[in-house]
Amino acid sequence: MTQISVTVNRTTHAADVEPRTLLVYFIREQLGLVGTNVGCDTSSCGTCTVHLDGEAVKSCTLLAVQADGREVTTIEGMAETGGPMHPLQDAFHRNHGLQCGYCTPGMIMAAASYLNENPSPTQEEVRESLEGNLCRCTGYQNIVASILDAAGQMATKG
Amino acid sequence: MATTEQYIGQPLLRKEDAKLLAGQGSFIDNQSMAGMVWMALVRPPYVHATIDSIDTAAAAAMPGVLAVFTAADLQGEWAGSLPMVWPITEDIKMPVHWPLTGDKIRFGGDAVAVVVADTRGQAEDAAEAVVVAATALPAVRDLEDAASDRSVVHEDLGTNNVVHWNHGGAGDQEVFTNAPVIVQERYTQPRLIPNAMETRGCLAYGSPAAGEFTLVSATQIPHIARVGHSLVTGIPQNKLRIIAPDVGGGFGSKLNVYAEESLALALARKLNRPVKWIETRSENYVATIHGRGTLHDCTLAGTEDGKILGMKFVELADMGAYYQLLTPGIPELGGWVYMGPYDIGSYWFEFTGVMTNATPTDAYRGAGRPEATFVVERLVDAFARRIGMDPTEVRRKNLHAPFDEATPFICGLSVDSGNYEPALDRAMELADYTQFRKEQATRRDSGDINQLGIGVCTYIEMCGLAPSSILGALRYVAGGWDGAEIECRPFGKVVVRTGTSPHGQGHETAWAQIVADGLGVTPDDVEVLHGDTSVSRIGMDTYGSRSVSVGGEAIRLAVEKVRAKARKIAAHELEVAEDDLDWTDGAFRVKGAPDKARTIPDIATSAWHAHSLPAGVEPMLEGTAVYDPPNFTWPGGTHICVVEVDTATGKTAIVRYVAVDDCGNVINPMIVDGQVHGGVAQGVAEALYEEAIYDELGNLASSNMTQYLVPSASEIPEMLLDRTVTPSTTNALGVKGIGEAGTIASPPAIVNAVIDAVSHLGVTSIDKPATPERVWRAIQDAKGGAA
Repeated sequence: MTQISVTVNRTTHAADVEPRTLLVYFIREQLGLVGTNVGCDTSSCGTCTVHLDGEAVKSCTLLAVQADGREVTTIEGMAETGGPMHPLQDAFHRNHGLQCGYCTPGMIMAAASYLNENPSPTQEEVRESLEGNLCRCTGYQNIVASILDAAGQMATKG
Repeated sequence: MATTEQYIGQPLLRKEDAKLLAGQGSFIDNQSMAGMVWMALVRPPYVHATIDSIDTAAAAAMPGVLAVFTAADLQGEWAGSLPMVWPITEDIKMPVHWPLTGDKIRFGGDAVAVVVADTRGQAEDAAEAVVVAATALPAVRDLEDAASDRSVVHEDLGTNNVVHWNHGGAGDQEVFTNAPVIVQERYTQPRLIPNAMETRGCLAYGSPAAGEFTLVSATQIPHIARVGHSLVTGIPQNKLRIIAPDVGGGFGSKLNVYAEESLALALARKLNRPVKWIETRSENYVATIHGRGTLHDCTLAGTEDGKILGMKFVELADMGAYYQLLTPGIPELGGWVYMGPYDIGSYWFEFTGVMTNATPTDAYRGAGRPEATFVVERLVDAFARRIGMDPTEVRRKNLHAPFDEATPFICGLSVDSGNYEPALDRAMELADYTQFRKEQATRRDSGDINQLGIGVCTYIEMCGLAPSSILGALRYVAGGWDGAEIECRPFGKVVVRTGTSPHGQGHETAWAQIVADGLGVTPDDVEVLHGDTSVSRIGMDTYGSRSVSVGGEAIRLAVEKVRAKARKIAAHELEVAEDDLDWTDGAFRVKGAPDKARTIPDIATSAWHAHSLPAGVEPMLEGTAVYDPPNFTWPGGTHICVVEVDTATGKTAIVRYVAVDDCGNVINPMIVDGQVHGGVAQGVAEALYEEAIYDELGNLASSNMTQYLVPSASEIPEMLLDRTVTPSTTNALGVKGIGEAGTIASPPAIVNAVIDAVSHLGVTSIDKPATPERVWRAIQDAKGGAA
């Protein structure tokens, strides 16, 4: 067991983890934050995307110990409980950007990170930015529309 | 509060979204229980082998391991083998399919043992430590090779050719030899791996003392699964509850009664512990059903001026190593749409189902109709090329004339309604068809490296499974009805229990729209419950684009029953005869005195406190309906794809994609468009990227997501959608279904476009998926032929 201290959604957790524990299973099983889903075992699908120090990472590609002393944000941290949705969550709702909802947390985390880098992307750029995130329901059309819509909303709100 | 707003037809935002967006979905892997243990399957290191011995000792001694069982250990657990519910012919050969195999390994997912341990990691580690000694047998993968019986998958059946189904044909069969133009083609369609983003998984628990068990499973079919798992485990149906929580996509891959679910139930009973299993993605690739896997020999009889006289298809269909729930029925389901939307005089379809050493095939989005539509539309294009006619002209010349009453088609079934030409016109307009043809000619003349191709698919398909009597005639063991229960709570809220089991299709929203219009309330007042056999008792679940046309119509009928009861109570309270009431503006109103009114919330409250009900009227305002459709529903439409093919590399880029679909009346256009987007994306995947590839020993080489190319947003084009509306005559809502149309129509449109882009170079055929290598090779081969 290795002791780590990770700040997840603004709360710092001290925990003992097995060195082989992947970050995603630490988040899901030790912290009980099950909004981050797992869709594959080859780091292909992006379903498990979270933010590590503000940048999107696939949490199945990192060990929990690699997050020691760092800051993680998951889908549960995107809006305060009972508060308004994050503009991306709101845009996914208004644009029918989700169907079964399984890839959605990863999509939103990937998109949030990308919009930090590029706040006013083109459609083409949004599509390229999502290369690591697979969806089987939506054909991506409304996901792309949601992200472009959210970019507009976030720009307006400044 | 009474509302006069019409919700049907509006793009209402989804009621389902809030929890999914917040990461609060109830997906199976988010569920756990006190005392829970984990199950892992031992998948074999062979695809075809006789089992010599299985050594479980090392695995059993590993940390956290409770038990390791082989088939022999669990023999006493089974009341029956895994069910196949569609024995399509009298003489179909039926292989026995146990949850674990004991004698022989017949495919890579054929589990030989099961491990139970305290944690998932411990269970999976121990499964790796089970030693399987087996004698390898020659594996059969190729369909013609398997059909030759060189190596037989089930010796007790004596052959791999387990089922032969013949439609029987219709019309003059002489045309297939005598017609002025005969086009003969052979098309192969590879296996596809469904890839729902959530793999399968389940959690079984209960009380062995009481004999009561619950299975929570990522399934599309809790109601059918209850019947199936009761037959396998012997747990009576009245003591078996199945719950489908939020399910992360299905596409047919969760339309089954799977071995792992039965095993989890049996082990929960045997060990008196909750047992959980989550499939890994790699496991999903071999253990969850595959789709497609066909070889068609096709003949079109026509005239030089473009009239199609008849079409004939003889198919070999890959069943895999066992049947799953519907396996042999899938090609038969396609057997009713080989005429396309065309008015033709002669029809022939027959197929042989062949056992192979691979994952069982079963329903994958479209289930038989994509396989059929692909070969029909490829063949029509081949005909157009042969006679030198524009493919849209050939189609226009042969489309069935419009009809708004059920009309017999040559396949032998009656089509509910159809009007196909407006969709073709609209698709050509949206695709700038004429302009792209000009541009194509210019590029051909200049010898441009990047050549344009335009592909068309005009299609018809069959949804709304199904009239129970027809299913009976087709030897399907269950019915095709669905149920709905509506319970009006006092003060205005409504609880709806639907027999459909959505997993992304938005039924909570769409059904609320139907109920809100019918009862004069708002969709926010309506809560739709589903996916639990103890909550929605009467159901036949979600598959085959059936939900709106069967389950939605059941909702409408339940609304009518509620209103009929409410009318009695309203008349009693308003002291008028029932006939003196009009249902207008969301309330029962006295004729001539519309201010004297009772709304459904008023009446629900009266029916609840029951202080003064009319004689013979029971308390509570509720209605239950079970609807058995009188016919299938038959959507249709036209998809057009424009591609650019780099003739130097063979790479295809989709320049424009247009889908004009006719799914009858629409409850929620936003949801309908979403279904088309997703369906077309899976069709793009099928046409250009996805293919289950096996090595020479029969192992799945495309064994995970790094080798099987599920497209991302960069590979999927933006789509232009429109609709034509020809209401169904099968149901009063006039709806047809839209879940699979995109996947049915798009592969032929895209592959036809790719071939069209290089047909002037002499290319006449390219198989799915039209990868750069396949396209490049086709160009090189054509050049070779020319030289």
